[in-house]
Amino acid sequence: MAATREDVKFLSNPKIGLKRKKYCRFRKFGIKYIDYKDSDFLLQFINEQGKLLPRRITGNSLKYQRRVATAVKRARHLGMLPYVADLMK
Amino acid sequence: MRHYEVTFIADPVLSGDEVKSTAEAIQSELKGFGATIVAVDEMGLRPLAYQINKRSSGVYFCVEFAALATDWLGKFELNMKRDERILRFLTVKLDKYGIKFNDDKRNGRIGKRKVDAQPVDAAAVPAAVPAPGVVDLDATPEV
Repeated sequence: MAATREDVKFLSNPKIGLKRKKYCRFRKFGIKYIDYKDSDFLLQFINEQGKLLPRRITGNSLKYQRRVATAVKRARHLGMLPYVADLMK
Repeated sequence: MRHYEVTFIADPVLSGDEVKSTAEAIQSELKGFGATIVAVDEMGLRPLAYQINKRSSGVYFCVEFAALATDWLGKFELNMKRDERILRFLTVKLDKYGIKFNDDKRNGRIGKRKVDAQPVDAAAVPAAVPAPGVVDLDATPEV
């Protein structure tokens, strides 16, 4: 029995191709201060080489991207995060 | 009053008493300059992400202090730089959110949510058990 038009609609995942909207987590959850001593948290914003991830990927707003950047730089100075790394995650 | 925070790394080669005396020397120096110590956080021995002065670990300390006049901060930092017991330090001025964050952290309102969640669940289970009993008592007079 051939699939009807309504069945065909559910044969493929309707969520494929839909992009989930990115958001700034600091805005959304009301985080006002980014602690430079919390290296586990800052690890979310750097890639495997220890470089900062762009806003395009993390979805941070400009204001908080700047603050993340300063926090990461402070953590690097204090030896909590590396300046350069290979496969750190 | 302006709030500042100085984080420094003490040399791991020092003995436990020497590390403590280093931290106390810095606090007394701050007090000597007229600052009031708000909090001292000893974060303990941690591995460094890269070698500093050929050391691969260090004892982290964080001292929060408040001061009215801050023209002595340059002198204080110079003294820190000359101190051979300290591998590295960073002095940061805290904004109002930073002060609030540190205050909340000290009172355990930040970063311990997961730990708090378990006792809440455990408390909820005994509370749920007597609840049916109450319902039954109410139900019996009606019947």
